[in-house]
Amino acid sequence: MSAKSKDLLLDPLLNNNPIALQVLGICSALAVTTKMETALVMSAAVTVVTGLSNLSISVIRNFIPPSIRIIVQLTIIASLVIVADQVLKAYLFETSKQLSVFVGLIITNCIVMGRAEAFAMQNPPMASLLDGIGSGLGYSLVLVFVGFFRELFGSGKLFGHTILTSVNEGGWYTPNGLLVLAPGAFFLIGVFIWINRTVKPAQVDAS
Amino acid sequence: MDRNSSLYIVGFAAVVCLVCSVLVSGAAVALKDRQDENKVLDQKSKVLSVAGVLPEGKSASAAEIEKLYAENVTPRLVDLETGAFAEGDAATYDQVKATKDPATSRALERNKAQVPRVPKLGLVYQIGTGGKAGKVEMYVLPIVGKGLWSTMYGFLAVANDANTIKGITYVSHGETPGLGGEVDNPRWKSLWPGREIYDDKGAVAIHVVKGQAGSVEQAPHKVDGLSGATITSNGVTAMMQLWLGTDGYGPFLKKIKSGGGAS
Repeated sequence: MSAKSKDLLLDPLLNNNPIALQVLGICSALAVTTKMETALVMSAAVTVVTGLSNLSISVIRNFIPPSIRIIVQLTIIASLVIVADQVLKAYLFETSKQLSVFVGLIITNCIVMGRAEAFAMQNPPMASLLDGIGSGLGYSLVLVFVGFFRELFGSGKLFGHTILTSVNEGGWYTPNGLLVLAPGAFFLIGVFIWINRTVKPAQVDAS
Repeated sequence: MDRNSSLYIVGFAAVVCLVCSVLVSGAAVALKDRQDENKVLDQKSKVLSVAGVLPEGKSASAAEIEKLYAENVTPRLVDLETGAFAEGDAATYDQVKATKDPATSRALERNKAQVPRVPKLGLVYQIGTGGKAGKVEMYVLPIVGKGLWSTMYGFLAVANDANTIKGITYVSHGETPGLGGEVDNPRWKSLWPGREIYDDKGAVAIHVVKGQAGSVEQAPHKVDGLSGATITSNGVTAMMQLWLGTDGYGPFLKKIKSGGGAS
């Protein structure tokens, strides 16, 4: 893999993370991260959708009339999201029940459209595909980070297996109620951004 | 061709829409069978688990679920107003759909469960080997009502004395995980079996209290509240009031109790 495509794929993980640096896609990151399982499935869905939408938009980028480009992008993204939702319902029924409306809401995830408009409209298909997958992975990284801490300390479990036996189930661990609520995810994302910017001071805003 | 001409724009939009709609409908059609199977299987496994046939949390293959279901469960239809069994194909009856259709349902007054309509015919799953004619050990009733955020769909298993609860489970809900979502918690669900629905006067008495309710002997009509989820707890109580009362399966359970044998 050439250095450029490696950059495209890996840059969004820490250097240009869609959630931590671009602060996009926060809504779903709060909603689906109470458990690792939902966080992972959601990550996979978003990564696939961003990758494929970037790819298909890039393929037809020279034909898209500038005046309706946004709506064309949205149509493509929406179709891909519906397909992803259908696939989840068919093959991962339990998890898709928990993700409920949030799979559908990938359509409104700013990351997908942000990458389509900012990258895929100007770049060739392969590069766009990599950029899309990279951005999806960046999103996934934050989701998994947040999901890990929320599930472990919020309900004492990981992937549904009990790690810390909670008081409710006759153990010793008192689950941290804050973590199962949306604000808990906010704090965790804050911590992630803080660590990320401490390690990479270039990301700190000038102001 | 000029990319800004109106003709080109309309044509381009039409082509994009066409391609996308083919993609979406193709996926929907191709995956429909599998999705429907999943839904039916999910319902069946919940009915089995609330009845205690399939132990809670134990995963079973599709074939096992089908087998257990065929051996133990007989779905039947009940006329909710009279409480008598009604004719009809219970296996394919869609209660959610029937509730929405004005022809097969009736409107309710405002109630605490926030259920605007109930169907005329309700599903009852008879649990017991031997099919329609065999001895019935318990009845599994579908229950619906509002929690804090979402409409909760569940099942309640009632023993053949039409009074003792054998189990409860929620098939789908969107309550806060860890708080209202604890309606899924096996420990909380395990508090239900043995409690009684009706008091001496025949009124629905089972309800969720704030805090601890105590053992089945101490408090036959009470169940521990879900801490941090008062509104969900109240929703569960309201659901019991509605579905076990006169607008729900009350008449049916009365018939069972009076020994008339609704069949």
